[in-house]
Amino acid sequence: MDAVLTTPKPPPPIGEWHLPDRGTMGVIFLIVTETALFTIFVVAYLVYNGKSLSGPYPKDVLDLPILASICLLSSSATIVFAENALKKHRLGMFKLWWLATILLGLEFLVSTGMEWRKLIYEYHLTVSTNLFGTTFYSLVGLHASHVIVGMCFLILVMLVTLRGFPIATQERRVKFLSWYWHFVDAVWIVVFTVVYVIGR
Amino acid sequence: MSSIQSSLDRPQVEEARFSFSSHLYDWVSTVDHKRLGLMYIVTALLFLVIAGIMATVIRLQLAFPNGHVVDPDTFNRLFTMHGTTMVFLVGMPFVAGLSNYLVPLMIGARDMAFPRLNAFGFWIFLFGGFLLYFSYIGGSGLSGAGSAPDVGWFAYAPLTSRAFSRGASTDYWILGILVAGIGSIASAINVIVTTISMRCPGMTFSRMPMFVWVMLIDSWLIIIALPPLSAAQIMLLVDRFMNGNFFNTQNGGSAVLWQHFFWIFGHPEVYILIFPAFAILSEVIPIFSRKPIFGRPAMVGAVAAIGFISLGVWAHHMFAVGMTSWSNTFFTASTMLVGIPTGIKIFNWTATMYGGKLRLDTPMLFCCAFLFQFLIAGLTGIMLATGPFDWQLHDSYFVVGHFHFTLVAGLVFALFAGMYYWFPKVSGRLYNEKLGKWHFWLFVIGVELTFVPMHFLGFLGMPRRIYTYAPDRGWNFWNLLATSGLIFQLPATLLFVWNVVHSAIKGKIAGDDPWDAWTLEWATTSPPPEYNFETTPEVHSSRPLWDLKNPNDPDWRFE
Repeated sequence: MDAVLTTPKPPPPIGEWHLPDRGTMGVIFLIVTETALFTIFVVAYLVYNGKSLSGPYPKDVLDLPILASICLLSSSATIVFAENALKKHRLGMFKLWWLATILLGLEFLVSTGMEWRKLIYEYHLTVSTNLFGTTFYSLVGLHASHVIVGMCFLILVMLVTLRGFPIATQERRVKFLSWYWHFVDAVWIVVFTVVYVIGR
Repeated sequence: MSSIQSSLDRPQVEEARFSFSSHLYDWVSTVDHKRLGLMYIVTALLFLVIAGIMATVIRLQLAFPNGHVVDPDTFNRLFTMHGTTMVFLVGMPFVAGLSNYLVPLMIGARDMAFPRLNAFGFWIFLFGGFLLYFSYIGGSGLSGAGSAPDVGWFAYAPLTSRAFSRGASTDYWILGILVAGIGSIASAINVIVTTISMRCPGMTFSRMPMFVWVMLIDSWLIIIALPPLSAAQIMLLVDRFMNGNFFNTQNGGSAVLWQHFFWIFGHPEVYILIFPAFAILSEVIPIFSRKPIFGRPAMVGAVAAIGFISLGVWAHHMFAVGMTSWSNTFFTASTMLVGIPTGIKIFNWTATMYGGKLRLDTPMLFCCAFLFQFLIAGLTGIMLATGPFDWQLHDSYFVVGHFHFTLVAGLVFALFAGMYYWFPKVSGRLYNEKLGKWHFWLFVIGVELTFVPMHFLGFLGMPRRIYTYAPDRGWNFWNLLATSGLIFQLPATLLFVWNVVHSAIKGKIAGDDPWDAWTLEWATTSPPPEYNFETTPEVHSSRPLWDLKNPNDPDWRFE
């Protein structure tokens, strides 16, 4: 008789078993699928760039949104400061930096609104005017709608913090929101390059 | 005294009378992955029946020359709704349903990573489907034109512009699919995160069942490939509601761009649909051959390669629009490249069967038929991938025959195999093997009769989507033959429905593990309890149940 057959060996024990956090993974793959969505709009913009049959053309009507871009990009920094303050349980600093993030995001939205107002009323550029109008409002609008969604969540966090909700326990959620916010900023860098640099 | 005390300690469970409303509430409010998976599959089966009836009417219309079963407008709506339903409301929920039900069980988890997101995904998918079908009532809109969408399942521009598609039917097509797509993405993200973050101790990636591997890559494809369709549909909405110019050729827009965007989604989509078939075969064939799968790493690599290459082949649907010859060459070559990993898979399944102790139960029969039929579908695919060949047969019945061979003779066969295989686990009872065999043989005959003649019709020049044809074209015989396949397919489907319903109520009790299988879902009871596993299982090899059943010869010693 084979000795192995009579005395089955127990399997080797499983060592430390750590798996990635599911929330982290969820946000990462949400960002992946959002990236795919934006890619198609960016491609459409590039394909139709310079194909408009009639004016107004981008080089005549678009100004570089320098202030808005600086605001949005620096809000990525302030949200990190807020995150760090939360980690050190300094709620006052957290509120301050969080409010700064909201205000910077708001400034971005306001200047986008002003830009659109000027384009519509002064240059009579609407979605239906030409290919530039269609692709411009779609791409910038898609990005702005993501900023608006982010703003809603930022304000929600601000409100519950002001109501004294123990926000320190929500550190993970704040982290995920800040990741989303970084993603929105990164998309803006692409949109800025495509629309205001290459497109002009 | 003590007995009174102990009876007080015991939890008092109120055995409620069976009440319809409480059951409905349980199902509607559930976040259990098994219930949601079942709801996905039942919904898919219902839509399969609806779209199958549409196909029946289409075949009856084409059975004889100068047919007048339905009028031409209805015919256009029928093939549009048939295609849209089959792809988005049958194929996609099957992907979601199978992976929802099985992935947590196979990796030893108690539920998906995000149960509530899971429920959200199902319900938004279901209402997306309702929205599409509501077009039959609300599609005429204010201008009173048309009811259901009639633009074909790929809705080419400029047919979808306001000028050619009045009323609201196309809008229902856009919104229904857009909304259902959100559900598919939610479910796909859930599957990926579950696979990465919820595996039980010891379940390393290299020990994961093939089914989970394939579904992981499938979900990855979904989150990459579905957003392009959503983006294109949003553009179409901008065109239709805000007079945008994306696909408006009058104002510089491009109708070809819609084709590109659609097929950037559309070609990966056909792999998204066929991957569940690969997943099912990779589980069923080893169990019924009594051998571990041949070349596991190669199988995983092949699926990953197909997932990767399939993102770069989309324009082989567009050889006829007049691309540059460099594009034609590129997309011909990249498409043929897919044949290599697919060949690896077919070879490995065959090699798994080779020298095995084959058990030809119904699931295995369906898998064997799949191997033959999918091979033919793959070969006609290679034919169509060749640009000049495609110019001859583009939009002909050869194409219809080809993709029905992949999706019906391929995917549907594998789905039947999967449903028979996991039926004992889901219902706790055995299905009727004799009825299953009848179903199989009738279905094989019916499918061959219906879809083989379509290839010949294509060679004879019959275009797809035509309403009817003149008697002197030489198509009469093949069309009648194709329709006659219904005589076998319809009773086969009825047998299946009867078998499932009857066996679920009256079948023999199955026990935990009727197939003597090796993956974790067979370790728990049938049907599994809400918490899946009483204690979290530990895994030491890719065949955990084999290790348990054969402690003298466990797999972990060789892995």
